[in-house]
Amino acid sequence: MMDYETIIGLEVHAELSTKTKIYCNCTTEFGGEVNTHTCPICTGQPGVLPVLNKKVVDYAIKVGLATDCSITPLGKQDRKNYFYPDLPKAYQISQFDLPICTNGKVEIEVDGLKKDIGLTRIHIEEDAGKLLHEAVDGTLVDYNRGGVPLIEIVSEPDLRSEEETREFLNQLKAILEYLEVSDCKMQEGSLRCDVNVSVRPKGQKELGTRTEMKNVNSFSAACRAIKYEAARQIEALEDGEVISQETRRWDDDKGKSFTMRSKEDSHDYRYFPDPDLVAISIDEQWIKRIHDELPELPRAKVERYIKIYNLSDYDAGQVAGNKAMADMLDEAVKLGASAKFTCNWLLGDISKILNDKNMEASEIPFTARHIADMISLIDKKTISNTAGKKVIDELFDSPRSVEQIVKEKGLAQISDEAALLSVVDEVLKNNEKSIADYKKGKTNALGFLVGQAMRLSKGKGNPQMFNDMIKRKLDSL
Amino acid sequence: MELYTLTASEMHELLKTKKASSVEITNSVIGRIDDVDATIGSFLSSTFDSALDTAKTVDEKIARNEKIAPLAGIPMAVKDNMCTKGVKTTCASRMLENYIPMYDADVVAKLKKADVPILGKVNMDEFAMGSSTETSYFKKTRNPHNIERIPGGSSGGSAAAVCADEAVYALGSDTGGSIRQPSSHCGVVGLKPTYGVVSRFGLVAFASSLDQIGPITKNVADCAKVMDLIAGHDEKDSTSFNIDYPNYSANLIPDAKGLKIGVPREYMGKGISEDVSAVIKNVIKQYEDMGAIVEETSLPLTDYYLAAYYIIACAEASSNLARYDGIKYGYRTKDFSDLTDLYKKTRSEGFGDEVKRRIILGTYVLSSGYYDAYYKKAQQVRTIIRNGFSDELDKYDLLLTPVTPDVAFKFGEKSSDPITMYLEDICTVSINIAGVPAISVPCGVNRENLPIGVQLIGKHFGEPTLLRAAYAFEQSGFFTPQKPQIKSVKGSK
Repeated sequence: MMDYETIIGLEVHAELSTKTKIYCNCTTEFGGEVNTHTCPICTGQPGVLPVLNKKVVDYAIKVGLATDCSITPLGKQDRKNYFYPDLPKAYQISQFDLPICTNGKVEIEVDGLKKDIGLTRIHIEEDAGKLLHEAVDGTLVDYNRGGVPLIEIVSEPDLRSEEETREFLNQLKAILEYLEVSDCKMQEGSLRCDVNVSVRPKGQKELGTRTEMKNVNSFSAACRAIKYEAARQIEALEDGEVISQETRRWDDDKGKSFTMRSKEDSHDYRYFPDPDLVAISIDEQWIKRIHDELPELPRAKVERYIKIYNLSDYDAGQVAGNKAMADMLDEAVKLGASAKFTCNWLLGDISKILNDKNMEASEIPFTARHIADMISLIDKKTISNTAGKKVIDELFDSPRSVEQIVKEKGLAQISDEAALLSVVDEVLKNNEKSIADYKKGKTNALGFLVGQAMRLSKGKGNPQMFNDMIKRKLDSL
Repeated sequence: MELYTLTASEMHELLKTKKASSVEITNSVIGRIDDVDATIGSFLSSTFDSALDTAKTVDEKIARNEKIAPLAGIPMAVKDNMCTKGVKTTCASRMLENYIPMYDADVVAKLKKADVPILGKVNMDEFAMGSSTETSYFKKTRNPHNIERIPGGSSGGSAAAVCADEAVYALGSDTGGSIRQPSSHCGVVGLKPTYGVVSRFGLVAFASSLDQIGPITKNVADCAKVMDLIAGHDEKDSTSFNIDYPNYSANLIPDAKGLKIGVPREYMGKGISEDVSAVIKNVIKQYEDMGAIVEETSLPLTDYYLAAYYIIACAEASSNLARYDGIKYGYRTKDFSDLTDLYKKTRSEGFGDEVKRRIILGTYVLSSGYYDAYYKKAQQVRTIIRNGFSDELDKYDLLLTPVTPDVAFKFGEKSSDPITMYLEDICTVSINIAGVPAISVPCGVNRENLPIGVQLIGKHFGEPTLLRAAYAFEQSGFFTPQKPQIKSVKGSK
């Protein structure tokens, strides 16, 4: 079999978190009773006209500047015509040939190798409603989502693997989160992507025929879809078949993609400039205003964490890749906590709990202040590391002050030598075998004895003191 | 003299001086509708009760010696393509036969705010596509001057109602001549304002870049008054101009002295009937007599006007009318096997032939592979037309042309051949393409006593000059329109 290269390009749709819809004053809030976040405009009543929400352009410019795009001085909005019940006007207002942003890039790093992934364009458009097939009698439609602003980010076919794709999506998501322009909640559909895949024999210059996969609902599904589709295409080529340009539907449950429509059946969207809307002129002042609002972006954050916080490349990337975590780290450091310790807690116990509970970092129910307080108590040896873990558990269950938790749960550590002595005596009395082992040179017996002391003290004894006291006793025997 | 025959300006005087009440005036016009509408067929729906309620409110204000707006208490009619909250807005289409809007068009909201009694909604060509009001799904509207003839279109109901004194004035919409042509055929005044001067919010779209709402009135002074009410910036319409709007009535003086008028020779040549040509020539002479400077001039690409217009208008219409799909509101076919079948049958049954013809044309010219040859080319022609008008209107205060090649034709005379029907708009479509204002003013009759109008075309935002020139002509006594004789078929309504 020949050696093949997989070529991947993405079209990422992100719902923008503006307060109101793109062409009317309805709320963009997710959920809500069916068809209550609607008005004559977003339900396409006869005679209505759209008025562009300028915030949408602000947000698109913001994303464009954060990804090194050129911002067009003159944008326009076009109608994309097609019939579907979730599209009330039977056309979607989008942008055809003059998108807000063009020619940008996102830097990714896989296995220590840095690489720029090109962005062809970023344009603004309106979302469609949602069909409800589970209705008792036929299909119903909910227009709450109709008219929610979207940006579509189109990448160049610069991605070569699932890993690169995942990293690109993570970087993009982090950028959108940092800019606070999108909630990026996959499960609410605020971030969706279409995946274009082609393969070619290694060394060949021309691109192979690509297929586009729709209905890809998570980053991991994107990776699975790419893996499947590349394998399918390679197998077909090996069998002497020709890949046909088509749109395919990814079925994540079945782990397969299916033909949706061939190129011949592809829609003719009959794009033309929307005569109800005027040109969007973006002057230098507008761009400068948005530029001045840009926050520190993920890549800059990583560098700062490495340089100033002395975090490892890996840790810095992990924390900076998640805005909620990065915010907590910066805040905790401001409150006097050590960056290294805070980072360890965030990537260790806290991440583990989030994972177990299937929660996002943005949903952490406590603040950086809690983490800083806990770390300070450990530093002062008021509580042990083990007790710290308990504090975190408690904070997840019901957030309250760290001091209160320590008091309530009796987590304060005993560092009074007189109080610890009786425990040490008790342990030594009951573990003659371990004492003998230690004397024979088995130094790990010491650890066992300290563990016994901790258990006997119900975790409250100062482990370092136990260690020193027991060692002293053993050595003097 | 019956109250219903008066102009809005005359009625306002009566109201102010308490010589007549708004209820009396409104009842007089309602009585007239009862008398003649069975013959004329202007109204698709009537809202007499709410009109009388509004009239009462105005009378109460007058009784309290409150100042009333110039058009308060004076009953009028609205073309049935402007949304009226809680009142059917059908666009004279089966597709919207039972459609009741949940909001008021901006112009309707302005009328209501000014205490204007709205008598009802008047007939039109289906979705404003036509030049005779014959494409209405519901009924014929007859020309009050000769009921064998069409009133013009698409605002045929509006023009006929004003002509027959069934409304003191009416609102129409004009995409390619739909206010000016029926006004000319019915012998009333009709103004298509500068694109962007009157909000389109709530006007059911035909061709968004060409559509404009405007007044149809009994005389020029009333036209200026209606403009004072409906013109202005509207945040709900992105194409609405945010400028300082003039007071259109304030500067209305009967003086054409020194006005520079251009007469593009292409509009006076072949295709224009002898009678129309003769009347227009006399109008030109009259303007010269009034002290205007009239010169022959030329406009480029006149042969391409209709082609460019129909490509752009149909392209936009094909997209604007796509929303009538049987899903959310309006007509839905009874039997269908799947979604595609639902769309096909709904649209086949809900739209008339002319609408379907234009949707198909528009879909074609936007299709990939044809876009450059048709739509893009038409947009290029549009730019040339705009520049041509702009150059001419730099040289002249206004341009003068016929409104239509001939007088109102007989029912059915042009409906079999769409091209013949489209030629009705030859003198009017370019004005919409250029976006400039134009007014149709009654200026004579032909041998059969059928009205002929003259079209005056102004600069962007040049309505004050246009109205002044029209007013001067009207006041000169050159031509006094005669009221039509309509046989009353009382009680048949």
